[in-house]
Amino acid sequence: MKIMPCPLNGPRNISEFSCFGEVTEMPEPATADDTTWAEHVWYANNMAGVVREWWCHVPTSYWFIAERNTVTDEILRTYPAGEVFKERVEFAPKDTSA
Amino acid sequence: MSIAGQPPPTAPLTCEAMPIGLLRYGLWGGRTRRRDLPLPGELKPSYDVVIIGGGGHGLATAYHLAKHWGVRNVCVLDRGYLGGGNTARNTAVIRSNYITPESVRFYKEGVELFTRFSNDLGYNIMYSQRGQLTLAHSDASLRTFRLRAEVNKHLGVRSEMVDRQQIREIVPCLNMADDVRYPILGGLWHRDGGTARHDAVAWAYAARAAEMGVELHQRTEVTGIRRDKGKATGVETTRGAIACGHVVQAVAGMSSRLADMAGFRLPIRSFPLQAMVTQPLKPFLDPLVSSAALHAYVSQTGRGELVIGGGSDPYELYSTRSTLELKESLIAHTLEMFPFLAEVKMLRQWAGITDMTPDYSPIMGESPLKNYWLDAGWGTWGFKATPVSGKYMAETVATERAPAMLRPFRLDRFATYDLANEMGATAASH
Repeated sequence: MKIMPCPLNGPRNISEFSCFGEVTEMPEPATADDTTWAEHVWYANNMAGVVREWWCHVPTSYWFIAERNTVTDEILRTYPAGEVFKERVEFAPKDTSA
Repeated sequence: MSIAGQPPPTAPLTCEAMPIGLLRYGLWGGRTRRRDLPLPGELKPSYDVVIIGGGGHGLATAYHLAKHWGVRNVCVLDRGYLGGGNTARNTAVIRSNYITPESVRFYKEGVELFTRFSNDLGYNIMYSQRGQLTLAHSDASLRTFRLRAEVNKHLGVRSEMVDRQQIREIVPCLNMADDVRYPILGGLWHRDGGTARHDAVAWAYAARAAEMGVELHQRTEVTGIRRDKGKATGVETTRGAIACGHVVQAVAGMSSRLADMAGFRLPIRSFPLQAMVTQPLKPFLDPLVSSAALHAYVSQTGRGELVIGGGSDPYELYSTRSTLELKESLIAHTLEMFPFLAEVKMLRQWAGITDMTPDYSPIMGESPLKNYWLDAGWGTWGFKATPVSGKYMAETVATERAPAMLRPFRLDRFATYDLANEMGATAASH
């Protein structure tokens, strides 16, 4: 059994978690051109090495960030997303008319 | 690789002469070994085409370049050994029952090339067209199967919907009970489905390509791609640099890493896929049986072993380690289909790295780098396409343009959201 140290629930079986891929910066939806947006949606760095990823503890629906080595499968560090995202992320398109 | 002795310079062995003849043959020292592949020499400073990856796809491309396009100054590089990657790790399923017309056309030609393969190349790949049965455990699956059956029939692929009684007749030993987690409601019966000896496919292409002058260099790792003004001009390897006119990348499991050397990204995420074989049993299972809901597919090899494969692992990884969780799930699901296998022992298990694309279709043809051609994103579905991708990749390189057959699988389909979605038609949906 592989253990994921969850920042909220402590060490749990990794089968309780879902991985949602590398933490990447979202382009501004209102201004990004189609190519940039397509890259963001479909493309991946697919790194061999230490990657910062979104994970979710499914039973508690708790989202956090894990640093994991994609070659050795070692989980190096997990922490609440608040350590990276200090401000609220606004998903609504920005008003660019002003 | 077969190493056959030359016959001794004596009379042919007869029944009476057998012991003496055998003794003489054994003691005769003049036997010469026949090699399927010539000994590798030094790397030349330049080639017309360098193919990175000495698996089925790379070697098939080399074979077709030499055979049909007269391009023989070709070198195939592999950091490991011939057919040692996913060519040796797949579960050898050959089928064409996809859902989009573009894919069905492409994989249909793949099946046809497999059907003729042993004769065309003079090399026995133990091709066995025994049909594939895919099971539906939900109304949603039945609806998809109906669509697949109609698209397949329209394009000349033998697929049909079968009910529970027909399933009983096709695979009498299948558990058709109602008191299981996922009772079987119906199936998609694909007569064109089959299997072959996967290693032999790579060996055959290597041997025949080598006869035409193609060089295979094993244990030669590519460390960089030489570029000049947006064009590939050569590759750097652990044995020195090579200049070349064209580069083909055919490195399943490492597509993103190699593309990174060439300076661009791909819409690929790499996951391990775990599989296993059981100890050999008497022949009891003729068709290949697969179930998307149970994430498992089973076939019996000529040796009697059951090959069991599943979906990819739940998260990205570049390691071919195995996990108990996935083995337990594979075994539990297989036992739901075939409960009488409960006492059978697992003989071997392994994993391969699958380069998954967002639409479960491959990426073939042009890359952002000129003269650098992609044969990538083969996820869990690459083996069946070995001959057909080789044929069309060779045409792509020789004519410097991807032919119409490959256009649906071009890299820039993602930029235009023009995907070829085959997620529902992969053997074990993820």
